[in-house]
Amino acid sequence: MDKLINDFSFGLFFWQFIILLVVVFVLGKFAWKPIVNALEAREEGIADALAAAENAKREMANLKADNEKLLVEARAERDALLKEAREIKDQMIADAKGEAEAQGQKLIAQAKAVIETEKAAAVSELKNQVSSISIEIAEKLLKDQLADKEAQSKLVEKMLDEVKLN
Amino acid sequence: MVTLKKSLNLLAAVIFTASSVFSYAQTNAQNLEKSIEETEQSVAETLEAAEEANHEHPIVEKTQAQKVQDHITHHLADDYSFVFFSDEAEGKNYGFSLPVILIDNGLKVFMSSEFDYGKKVVEKDGQFYKLYHGKIYKTDAAGTIDYDDTHHPTNEKPLDFSITKNVASLLFTTALIFVMFLGLAKTYKNGANNLPKGFARALEPMVLYVRDEMAIPNIGKDKYRKFMPYLLSVFFLIFLLNLLGLTPLGFNVTGSISVTACLAIFTFIITQFSANKDYWKHIFWMPGVPVPMKIMLAPIEILGALIKPFSLMVRLFANITAGHSVVFGLIAIIFVMKEALGTGGAIGIGFFLSTFLVFLEILVAFLQAFIFTMLSSLFIGMAVAEHEHDEAHH
Repeated sequence: MDKLINDFSFGLFFWQFIILLVVVFVLGKFAWKPIVNALEAREEGIADALAAAENAKREMANLKADNEKLLVEARAERDALLKEAREIKDQMIADAKGEAEAQGQKLIAQAKAVIETEKAAAVSELKNQVSSISIEIAEKLLKDQLADKEAQSKLVEKMLDEVKLN
Repeated sequence: MVTLKKSLNLLAAVIFTASSVFSYAQTNAQNLEKSIEETEQSVAETLEAAEEANHEHPIVEKTQAQKVQDHITHHLADDYSFVFFSDEAEGKNYGFSLPVILIDNGLKVFMSSEFDYGKKVVEKDGQFYKLYHGKIYKTDAAGTIDYDDTHHPTNEKPLDFSITKNVASLLFTTALIFVMFLGLAKTYKNGANNLPKGFARALEPMVLYVRDEMAIPNIGKDKYRKFMPYLLSVFFLIFLLNLLGLTPLGFNVTGSISVTACLAIFTFIITQFSANKDYWKHIFWMPGVPVPMKIMLAPIEILGALIKPFSLMVRLFANITAGHSVVFGLIAIIFVMKEALGTGGAIGIGFFLSTFLVFLEILVAFLQAFIFTMLSSLFIGMAVAEHEHDEAHH
């Protein structure tokens, strides 16, 4: 201890004090602070860049998921549209079929009615013609049979016989 | 602790490669150990003897061990000149002298070469100064030094702000730190994503290390930013000074008590001035304990607050001083054991052991910088911590 105190040199202490002050303050201003700040800034930059990359990755994943979702949705929509179209088509065919049938039925009924009336007309005309022909034939027959007087008298007689006056 | 692990790996590798040398040297090992012990003993004994002898008979011939001890003591102490080599036989020193700045009835500035390593008395404006055992004393024209009973000089010392070897090393290291980190700061000028190139690239992870391993875990994410300049300054200053102390430049800044005291006082001041109400409350009126205990705990806590920086100061000082002493001691094996092992053997053993130890010291250099910064941030963290929970703990 005695030797330590004896070895203590105030001059050296003084210079060390001054030099340490200079190193701490001057170097602090021009080196330590810029260095520490730069290291920190770089670390922050790296951390930020990593975070940004992570974010971008997450966003990409999100985007991909969104795309997939959209694709699934589009596919479902397409399927729904196709199904609807098919239904509409079936409906239309069914409708058309029903309509056509009804139309046909109606046409057939109309035709039947026309046929009926035509038939009736034809029958009545036939009847008329037959009656007129029968009259003509009867006329002609009568003309032929009643050409002479005898025949005529016979007939009258016959008729008279038939009509018995009671 | 990645760096630590790596250095441990390195250490393991060194030990592994060295093991073959060990087996070769095993026959000599016991001998060596014994002689090391003997040397240490004799160093201690001769040191005491030398201390006494030195003052009474300054011309007495020094033994080898004494010389080694002197050299180590000299290395550990501060100096007024930067000496790289010295030639004892011719009494020549190779290096350069540094300016001496004294405040003693006005400012007195001169080069330390005027002292001629303590051989001459310097006269400035009617005042006489003498360099004696690494310190400058006021004296008279003849350079008389008076001693007290314990052989300490009683001469008055002038206020000494000299650029000593340690101050010069400190300035050099500071300049190095400025160059290094202003360069690193420049790379971020064009945006934070500019990566540093070259040497600065090695500095950035260390800055991050200080921040992520020391500041944030101890102080907390919200408050650490304010203390980063201090923690970074202290960490790199200590680390670099420790490392450069291992180079052949051979300075011992972090191993001088003045420097570690200054660093510890900084930590102490910062801790006290950034402390919040909770911290003071825990010191003076410990919550959650009975009143008699509160009265008992207050002095203990106050003492604790003072011991913390004291331990910081002594830990760094002692670790570095011990490291330097042992490295020098091992290098000294070359000279002390030249006769016992032969020149080649002594050089080999000394070289091997000191190389091994320098690797250990590189680890210690980092470790002590780490521990000092770590504990500083821990103390600061304790002072700024929020105690939002109930006060039943402690």
